[in-house]
Order: sequence, then structure tokens, then C-alpha cells
Amino acid sequence: MMLKITYTAVLRTVLFSSMATLLFSCAEKDKKAYSNTSEIPAIQEMTAELTSPPYVPTPVGKRKAKKLIVDMEILEQEGEITNGVRYIYWTFGGTVPGSFIRTRVGDEVEFRLKNHPDNKLPHNIDLHAVTGPGGGAESSFVAPGREKVFSFKTLNPGLYVYHCATAPVGMHIANGMYGLILVEPEGGLPKVDKEYYIMQGDFYTKGANGQRGLQPFDMQKAVDEHADYVVFNGSVGALTGDKAITANVGETVRLFVGNGGPNLVSSFHVIGEIFDKVYVEGGDLINKNIQTTLIPAGGAAIVEFKVDVPGTLILVDHSIFRAFNKGALGMLKVEGEENKKIYSGEIREGIYLPEGPGIQTMPSTTEVAESEIPAKSMAEKMEFGKATYMQTCFACHLGEGQGIAEAFPPLANSDYLNDDVDRAIDIVLYGLTGEITVNGKNYNSVMTAQTLSDEEVANVLTYVYNSWGNSKKEVTPAMVKSRRNESIK
Amino acid sequence: MCPSLKMAFFLLSNIIVFTTSAQQNAMAGVKGGTYIPLYGIDSSTVTVTSFKMDVFPVTNKEFLNFVIKHPQWQRSNIKRLFSDGSYLANWEGDTSFGDLIQPNAPITNISWFAAKNYCECQGKRLPTVDEWEYAAMADETTADARRKESYNQKILDWYESPKTFKKEIGSTFKNYWGIYDLHGLVWEWTLDFNSVLISGESRKDVDKDSNLFCGSAAVGATDLMNYAAFMRYALRGSLKANYSMRNLGFRCVEPLNKNNKHLSR
Repeated sequence: MMLKITYTAVLRTVLFSSMATLLFSCAEKDKKAYSNTSEIPAIQEMTAELTSPPYVPTPVGKRKAKKLIVDMEILEQEGEITNGVRYIYWTFGGTVPGSFIRTRVGDEVEFRLKNHPDNKLPHNIDLHAVTGPGGGAESSFVAPGREKVFSFKTLNPGLYVYHCATAPVGMHIANGMYGLILVEPEGGLPKVDKEYYIMQGDFYTKGANGQRGLQPFDMQKAVDEHADYVVFNGSVGALTGDKAITANVGETVRLFVGNGGPNLVSSFHVIGEIFDKVYVEGGDLINKNIQTTLIPAGGAAIVEFKVDVPGTLILVDHSIFRAFNKGALGMLKVEGEENKKIYSGEIREGIYLPEGPGIQTMPSTTEVAESEIPAKSMAEKMEFGKATYMQTCFACHLGEGQGIAEAFPPLANSDYLNDDVDRAIDIVLYGLTGEITVNGKNYNSVMTAQTLSDEEVANVLTYVYNSWGNSKKEVTPAMVKSRRNESIK
Repeated sequence: MCPSLKMAFFLLSNIIVFTTSAQQNAMAGVKGGTYIPLYGIDSSTVTVTSFKMDVFPVTNKEFLNFVIKHPQWQRSNIKRLFSDGSYLANWEGDTSFGDLIQPNAPITNISWFAAKNYCECQGKRLPTVDEWEYAAMADETTADARRKESYNQKILDWYESPKTFKKEIGSTFKNYWGIYDLHGLVWEWTLDFNSVLISGESRKDVDKDSNLFCGSAAVGATDLMNYAAFMRYALRGSLKANYSMRNLGFRCVEPLNKNNKHLSR
């Protein structure tokens, strides 16, 4: 009897320990670290989720490496680069930048590249995440109305640019053929609250910045690297107003930022934030507490920051004329509770006059070229006026004329504006410095003189007067001209 | 290659649309000469002998007549070897292109085999790349306009405009030789389109030690003319003889001296 019990106990122990060993070995197998990422097995098949900017697909999380099918269609199509200016974009997936591709290390990506039959040109794709000749370009050269399939294994984690590499390469990229592919490490990137996809690109048009109509690509300007537009996500205003990206106070935001070029290097900066983390150039190296990070053409970076106070953060290329004059400006709207400890707002305001008062003026040429196409109707005046507004006034007075509290007065429902039309014209022509009261609030700021033609001033003021609850005055070029003559007297 | 004329006469009596206007069949003479193709170097000059070229690309109407006359080139009869799935895919049926297609717009969606045979049945042939490029470097007033900025910008603009294959023949400019639509409507098949080696990896091609892809010239390609031509060569490089494309048509040529038939077989 005694012996029997012992025997059973022993048996149990043996069984238990062998089970434990089994369990343990299973767990160990799961955690097996591959010294070489090319050895990671890809089990099962899955179709990749592709997203249009500024959105990104679901994180890979803990999923295993898979055979990932990426279906990408190339479309040559017309779009708007800024109000009234149309452009033929060449796109991966119908957007600039192209669809975001999210993979994990060890995935076997089967890439199916389709060139729409209506397209004019052959295209291909070079993914910087590919280890192989041409980054896939050699195997993906596809004529209109055809499909090419090739596959590759993602060996190195990181954020990578993809682009078209068909001759003339520069032109294909300049027309918008670029995007980002993310290769997450095993287990995925750390969780954050919000993720967005932003990509800068420079554009070269036959007409100058703002010139209306369908603008063809200008090869000479591209060769000379004289960009007419430098924009985020393919067009001026792709990330402003209603299209601004959003977050709530206390959330951590991760931006996947790429630069398609073709020529310019981006000094990516978010006005009003400090990057807690930057994955430098999209690789493993993490730098902390960064104000501005450099993103090379054909390169990318991941930036992360926690938003602590409400307000609108402005995303810019800090080569700053590109932001305020060529379009490289986006917005991140943060909603939530104020935190006066972190940011007080204005506390007090006083006079500081070390050298006596003076009016700031910008050096300007006195002759301003008249706009080539005069507005023929009120509708056109509004349309052209809005275009000028978005290029010239928008940065300070914002999309709905709401202005910025304590800094730039509102144009919406503005008593100061509606009181005196001549004064309004003068301000646009000659600028304004010093204290004014608008809708009961004091502003003490500087607006510089604007170099606009009479026609443009008339259109933009008509637009402002006929928007946002203002007095619906119509300003004519003759009125502007008479104010100019007034000042000469 | 071409079936007997008897067959043609039989069908001629039945089909009214067979008569194509003299204007569309017209050819223009191109005086031969020597030129340097796409960013070649001096040693790579090519001599083109004089030839006649169709003034217009072949139209839908003309091609319809051809397939009526030669049923083996109808969509449902064409040999698999001679076409991919999209041969005449936009046509309503074997012997009708439907109402959505302009009779006078250039024929597209045809394979190289079909284009080649069409020309042969007319006693003509497809132009060589060199002949095509030679004739196409003319603008309205000059035989070789490739150094003109306006000429190159116009071509590049076309490469960017969508759906020009829907336009009618003759809707672009008449060039120095009296030929229309070499630029601005559709790409055109050439006899030896695949003799240019473009791997699809254009940056690699730049390094190739070949006459056409002289590295230094291509790398320093500030010259607009290279860009326009480069796009044509890239397109040709992406094709196979059985492909049909919505933007790809053709026209025929004839050697000036009909006895000189070394290329027309």
C-alpha cells in the first residue's frame, strides 16, 4: 500500500514535471529570438490595410509575421494644389503621398502594382524597405493597363520612403509618386493615443505660386530647385481648417513624417511643442527633447510628443518662407482643459520704446503686377478673393477669420472692419502697427504692408466683407486705387 | 501574310465604310539625314534614309475596315500569341466599335502584331524607332526643334494631360514635314520598339555602357529634350509585342524608293 502511494506520487511528479517542461518549451519557442530577421517564418496570408493620409493602418501589435498582400493602384489624375490652381498628380493609390503601408519585421510582402489603363506612362516602385536591386523597381516596371507582382521580406525595422523610379525619375517624384512604408519591430511600436501620416513634397509649376488654372509641371524650375509650392500631404491646406489633425489634452501623438522631395530637405517643427522622442531618420536611434528635426528628401522620421495644453499647434517646415509663403503648414488642434501652470497665456502688457515709436515697413517694390485674369462677377471676386486670403491672410487671421486671441484681431463679425472701409483698404496697402480695439478687445501687434495689386486687394476685401457675418460691402479696384493716390498726395 | 485581294474585293462590295477619305490615307515625305538619338554621343549618330510617313495615325474607322477584311484580327479570332486580354477591349463587338468611340480618333488597344500586319496589308510597314524619332523631332517650322524650349514643354505637357486618345486625328499641330499628331494624341508602335534596353530601373540604365545611355549625358540631363525622349523610350521599354494599351496606336511608313524593301519583308 505504502509502496503504491509512493509510486503514484512519483508518477504524478514525473507527469507534472514533464508537463511543465512541455509548457515551458512551448513558451520558449514563442519567444525565440531570431538572430537573423530573414529566418522569421511567415505563416498565414493577410491582405494589408492601406490608408490615405493623414491616417495610418492599425498597429501590428503582437501579430506574427505573415505573408502580406499589398494591392496598389497607380492613378494619374487632376487635383487642386491650392485654391484655383489645378495640377495633374501621379499617385500611388489616388493620393499624395501614396497609401500608407504598415508591416512588421519578418513579413513576406507580396506587392501587386497595377497601372490604370487610362494612365499615359509606365511606372514602377522603389521601396526603401526592400533589400534587393532597385528596391523592387526592377521587378515592378509596369505599362498602363498591366499588373506586376513581386515579393520581398522585411528585414529591417524602421520607417521607409517608397517612390516611383521610372525615367525621368525626378519628374515622377515631383508629380507626387511617393509614400511611406512602416516596418514595425517584433511586438510593435509602443502604444500611443493618436497616430498620423504626414509627408512633405516640393512642386514646380509653369506659373508662379498662386497663378490660377491648370498648371503644368516645370522641368526647368525642378532642375534649378526653385519650388513654387512646398506642401504637406500634396496640397496647400491639406492639414488646415476642417482637415486639421486632432488630439485631446493629455494624449501622446505619434507622427510618421516623410519627405518625398524631390529636391528640398525639411526642417520639421511643430510650433508650440517639443518632441519628447524622435526616431532619428526613422531608424532605431531615439533622440529626446527635440525642437526641430531634419528630414532628408527620400527619408523619414517618427516624432512623438504628449500634448499638455489646448490650442492649435502649427506644423511647419522651419525653412520658414516655405511655411508661410509656399504652403508647408499644417495644424494639430488640441482640445481639453487649460493648464495655467504649463502655459499662462498673456499676463500683462506694457510699453517698451527704446528708440521711440516707428512704423515698421517691409521693403517693397512700388509696382505690383496686375492679376492676369480680372474677376468678372461677384462669384469670381469671392473665389479669387478667397484664394488670395488663403495665401496671404490665413496664417494670422485663420480660415474663418477668427484671428488668434491676444495676437491677431478677428475679421469675422468685426466692428473695426465694418466701421471704415477706407481704413481697411489702407491697412492692407500700408500695414498697421500699434494698439487697436476690435469687438471690445485690445490688440497691439504688427501687420506688414501687403504687396498685392489693386484687383487683388479689392477681391480679398470683398471676400472678407462678404464672409463671417460682416457688412457685405463690395470693394472695387477703383476704391483701392483712390486710396493709393490719396497717400501719394 | 495578307490574304488574297479577292477576299477584299468580295467584302468591298458589301461594306460602305470601306472607303476612307484620301486625306486619311495621305503620306508625307521625310527627307533623310543624320541625327543623334536620345542623349547619344557623337559616335552614335544615326543615318535615316528618306521615307514617306502616314500624315495621321490610323483611326478606329480604318482599323475597323481592316478587321472586317481580315477576320483573323477580330477580337474573338486573334491568336492568343498575338494579343493579351485587352486587345480591342473597348470595342462593342468584333466588327463594331460602338457609339462611345469616335470613328476619327486614333485606334488604340492593339498589339504590335496587329499594327505590323495592318501596315503590311497596305504595302507599308511600321516605322523604326529611328525613323519615328527623326520625323517627330520637327515642330511646325523646323526639322529638328529639340533644342527649343517651347517644343519640349509642349510635349511634356501632353505627357501629363489625361485621355488624349479620345481626340480626333489632326487635332494637334502639323509639323515641318506635313505630318500631324506625332505628339499630343497617343503613343505609337514602332517596328523595333524593344531594341532599346530599358530594364525598368532607369537609374541603373544610366550606368549601362551603351550608346543610348551614355552615363555622363544622362546624369547631367539638364536638357529638357532628354526628358521628353526619355519618357518615350521608357514607355517602349515597358512593352511587349502582345500588349495592347489604351494610349498606344500606330501609323505606317513606306520607303521612298519602293524597290528598297529590306525592312518591309
